[in-house]
Amino acid sequence: MMSINTPEKKIPTPQKPWKPSVAERSQSIAVGVLAALASIAVVALTPMKGLLPFLILSGIFAIIIGYLKGLIGRGSTTAKNNSVGVLLGLGMTIALIPIASILHTTISRGYKGLHWGLWLNDMSLNTSTDPIAEGGLYHALVGTLIMVSIALVIALPLGILTAIYLTEIKGRFARPVRFLVQAMSGVPSIVAGLFIMSAIVYPITKTFSGLMGALALSILMIPTIARTAEEVLLLIPNDLREAGVALGGTQWRTVAMVVLPAARSGLVTAMILGIARVVGETAPILLVSGGGDAVNYNPFTGPMGSLPFYVWKSFFFGTEEATTRGWAGLLVLLSFVIILFFLARTLSTKKVKR
Amino acid sequence: MATSEIQRERRPIPAPRTITTEPRLSDKVFRGVVTAGGLSSLLILGLIAIFLLYQGYEVLVEEGFSFITSSAWEVITDEYGEVQSYSFGIAAMLVGTLLCALIAVVVAVPIAVASALFITFYAQGKLKAFLVAVIDLMAAFPSILFGFWGFFILMPKAEYWAMLLNKYLGWIPLFAVDDRIFTRPPFLAGLVLATMIIPITTAIAREVFDQTPLDRIQAAYALGATKWAMIRNVAIPYGRGGVVGGAMLGLGRAMGETVAVYTVLNIVYQINWQILFGAGGNVASLILLKFGEAKPLEIKGLMAAGLALFVLTLLVNFIADFIVRRTGSKGR
Amino acid sequence: MSSPDLSAPKQMQERHTEMTSNQETSGTSPSSLASVAAARTTKAPSAKRLGTGLEAKGIHAWFGTNHVLSDISIDFASGSVTALIGPSGCGKSTFIRTLNRMHEFIPTAAMAGEVLLDGKDIYAPGTDVTKIRLKIGMVFQKPNPFPSMTIGENVMSGLRLSQLKTSNKDDLIEECLHRAGLWNEVKDRLDEHGGALSGGQQQRLCIARSLAVSPHVLLMDEPCSALDPGSTLKIEDTIAELSETMTIIIVTHNMQQAARVSDYTAFFLSDGGPGEMVEYGKTSDIFSNPRDKRTENYVTGRFG
Repeated sequence: MMSINTPEKKIPTPQKPWKPSVAERSQSIAVGVLAALASIAVVALTPMKGLLPFLILSGIFAIIIGYLKGLIGRGSTTAKNNSVGVLLGLGMTIALIPIASILHTTISRGYKGLHWGLWLNDMSLNTSTDPIAEGGLYHALVGTLIMVSIALVIALPLGILTAIYLTEIKGRFARPVRFLVQAMSGVPSIVAGLFIMSAIVYPITKTFSGLMGALALSILMIPTIARTAEEVLLLIPNDLREAGVALGGTQWRTVAMVVLPAARSGLVTAMILGIARVVGETAPILLVSGGGDAVNYNPFTGPMGSLPFYVWKSFFFGTEEATTRGWAGLLVLLSFVIILFFLARTLSTKKVKR
Repeated sequence: MATSEIQRERRPIPAPRTITTEPRLSDKVFRGVVTAGGLSSLLILGLIAIFLLYQGYEVLVEEGFSFITSSAWEVITDEYGEVQSYSFGIAAMLVGTLLCALIAVVVAVPIAVASALFITFYAQGKLKAFLVAVIDLMAAFPSILFGFWGFFILMPKAEYWAMLLNKYLGWIPLFAVDDRIFTRPPFLAGLVLATMIIPITTAIAREVFDQTPLDRIQAAYALGATKWAMIRNVAIPYGRGGVVGGAMLGLGRAMGETVAVYTVLNIVYQINWQILFGAGGNVASLILLKFGEAKPLEIKGLMAAGLALFVLTLLVNFIADFIVRRTGSKGR
Repeated sequence: MSSPDLSAPKQMQERHTEMTSNQETSGTSPSSLASVAAARTTKAPSAKRLGTGLEAKGIHAWFGTNHVLSDISIDFASGSVTALIGPSGCGKSTFIRTLNRMHEFIPTAAMAGEVLLDGKDIYAPGTDVTKIRLKIGMVFQKPNPFPSMTIGENVMSGLRLSQLKTSNKDDLIEECLHRAGLWNEVKDRLDEHGGALSGGQQQRLCIARSLAVSPHVLLMDEPCSALDPGSTLKIEDTIAELSETMTIIIVTHNMQQAARVSDYTAFFLSDGGPGEMVEYGKTSDIFSNPRDKRTENYVTGRFG
C-alpha cells in the first residue's frame, strides 16, 4: 500500500523499451547482408549477370530470410510479418528509383546547358548546331509566362466561383457539379487542345496563337483550382459565416468580406497548384500554339513559344547541342515546378496557424 | 374542473410554417453569378463533346462502326492532291491505348499500394514527412519530363528486359513476338506510364489508409495482432474502395497521355497484343503524329478520334467515382 | 449470482430495485457504498483460473517531457477484480495502457518500471508483444467491433488475427457470447454485421471477442461510460462471472460501479503533476474506512 507521505524519491529516466534494441537492429542488418551475399553467390554461379538480377535476387532473398528468421524465433505470424515488412520496404524503394533517376538525369545533363545568356536570348539567330553558350530560352520563358497568366485570368475566377457554389450556396446542382469537376480533371490534355482547335482555331482564326494555348490550359487549370479551393473553403469554420450573417450581412458580403479573406492563403495555394499543373503541359501547345524561335509578346497572333515546346523542339533536332539545350530547358521547367510546389506547401502549413 | 380527473384541452398541433426569405437584389445577383461559374464545368464539357462531334461527324457517319473496328488509317489522293478515298480506323490505337494503360496499372498499383502502406504504417517522423513530400512532388512533374527520361534512360534498359522476358517467358502468348523487334514496344510505354501514375495512386492510397479509424486499429493490436495482421484485417478492408478509385484514376490518366509516350511508342496500324513487340500506338499519340500535316479531311478524322478518347476517359472516371462511392459506405 | 440468465426480466427487476432502494435510503455515502461492496458474495475458488495475476512495479509514464504517472506499484491477485478510481486526467487510462503495452503506440510515449505477468517483465527486450496482448486483453471505452465482419467473425477475430486454430469454431463462439451475456440476443443473427447492434450489445460483443483468445487478465477502460444503465448492469454481472477465470482491472468514473464489482480499489490522484496512487486496498475498506484524507474526500463526493 502506497501513500504519498514518503520522502522525495529519485525519478527514473524515461525509457522506450519497445524500440528495437541494438541486438535486434544488428539482426535486421544481418538479414540484409546475408541476402546480398546470397544473391552475389547466385549471380556468380548462373548465367544471370548485371545489376538488375542482383537487386531482384537480393530482394527475394531478404524476404525469404526474414521469413525464416521469424519462423525460427517466434512462429509463423512473426515470419509473415517480417516478410511483409521487407516487401513493403522494397515496394517503397522501387517507387523512389524513378524519382531519383529523373532528378539525377535532368540535373546532370541539363547543367551543361546553363549559362547567363539563357535567360536573355531567344533562338531566332541560332541554329541547332550552334554552341550551347549562344541563344537562350527567353522566348520560351516569356511565352510560358504570358500563356499561364491568361489561363489564370480565366481559370482562377471560374474555379473559385465553382468552389463557392459547392460550399456556400450548395445549390441543387452541387452533386453533379462536383462530379463534373472530377470528370473535367480527367480530360486528356490533347483533347483540350483538340477542342480549342475545333471550336475556335478552325472556324475562326485558323492560325497558331498564344491565346489559343492559354484557353486550352485554362480548361486543365479549372478543376485543380476548384478542387483545392473547395477543400480550403470547407475548412473555414461555420462560426465565421454565422457571425457575418448575424451582423446583418447579405450572403455575398459575408462570402466576399469574411469567408474569402479568411481562406486567402488557401486560395493562393490553389492558384499555385493550378499554375504548377499547366506550366509543363505540352500536347495542347503543340496543337494550337506552335512555337517560334523569336520572342513573341503578342498572344493574339503568331506562334508563341513556351518552355515545353522549346524542350520538344530541341530534342527533335537531334544534334548534341540541341539535346543539351533540351535538357537545360527541362531543368528550368523542373526547377519551376519544384519551386511552385514548395511555395504551395509552405503556404498551406502556415495557413493552419491562423 | 368539477370532475376528479383533470382534462387538458387538446389543441391541434399546427403544421410547420414554411419559412421564406426574399433575398436582396445583390444576393440574387451573387447567386446568379456563382451558379453560372459553378456550371461552367458543365458548359465546357458539353462544348467539348459538341464541337468534337460536330467536326468529326462527317468521318463518323462515313465510317460508321468500322471507325472503331478497323485499323487502317490512310488518305489516298490522286496526282493533283485531290482526295479519292480515305479510311480511318482507330482499332489498333484503341487496343494500344488500353494495353499500355493496363500494363501501367498492373505495374504501378502494387508498388503504389506497398508504398502507401509503408508510408502510413512503417515510416515515422522525419522519414514519413520526407516520403510524403517526395511522392507529392513527383505527382507534379510534367509529363514531357517522363517522356524524354523514358526515351533516353529507360528505353535501352527496357529493351533488354523485354528480350529477357521473351527469352524466359516467351511461351506465354502475351510475351511472344513474331519478329524479334524489341524497339519501342507497348511494354516500354507501359513502364513510362507506370512511373507517371505511381505517385498519383500512392498519394490517394496514402490518404485513404491514413484515415483508417484508430479505434479499429487499436482493437486489432489489443487482440494480439502483428502489424501485418492489422493491415490485412483492418486497413486494407477499409481502404479498398479508395485504392481502387485511385487506381482507376491512374488508368484514366494513362489512357490520355500523349507526350509521355510519344517518344517511346511505335505507331503501327495493326492491332498488336504482344506487348514486347515493337508495334502499337495509342490514340493520343496518333493525333499528335498526324495533325501536323493533316489535310482538313484527316483533321476531321482526328477530331473523331479525339472524341473517342474523350468518351473513353470520361467513362473510366465515371466508373472510378462509382466504385469509390459504392464501397465507401459498406464496411467503413 | 452465478450464471444469471440475463434475459429474465424478473431478476433484472430485482437487482434494479435493490440498487435504487440502496440509493434512496442512504444516498451515496461511503457507508452505503461499503454495504454494497460487502454485499458481493464471496466466490468459491475456481479450478479454471488462468495465470498467476499481474504485478506493476514502479511504473512511471511520460509523454515527451510531460511526466504523467509517478511510481505506481500494484500487485493484482489472480482472480481478483480491481477498480481504478479517481478524477479525470489523473492517469488511470494511461496506467492501464502500460499494462498491455498499448501505451507505446503514442509516438512521444516513454515509461519506466516493470510489469510482471507470471513473474516475467513484459517490457523485457526480446519479448513478443503480440503474445503478451493475447494474455492481457482490453475492452475500450467506446465499443469498437469490426464493422466489416459479422457478429460471429467478430468473436473469432482475435484468433484470426493471430492465426490461432480452434477445434470447434461454433462452440467457441457460443461459449464466448454466453459468458459475455449476449448469446440470447444474437444467437439467430450471427451472420449479421456487427454494426447493427446497440451500444451495449456492441460492448458485450467486444468482451466476447476478447474472451475468445483466453486471456489471463482483462483490462477494461471505462467500459460502461458510453452505455445506458441497463447495459451497464448486464456488463457488471458479466464482470463478476468472468473474474472466476481471470484477473480483471477496470477503470471507472463511477464509484458505485467500483463498489459493486470490485474486490480491491486503487485511488489515483494528480495535483497538477504526475498522477500518483494515493491509496490501495480492499474495496470495502476504501469506501468505509479510507486511510488517506484525500481518499475520503473523493469517495464522499467532496470533489471529483
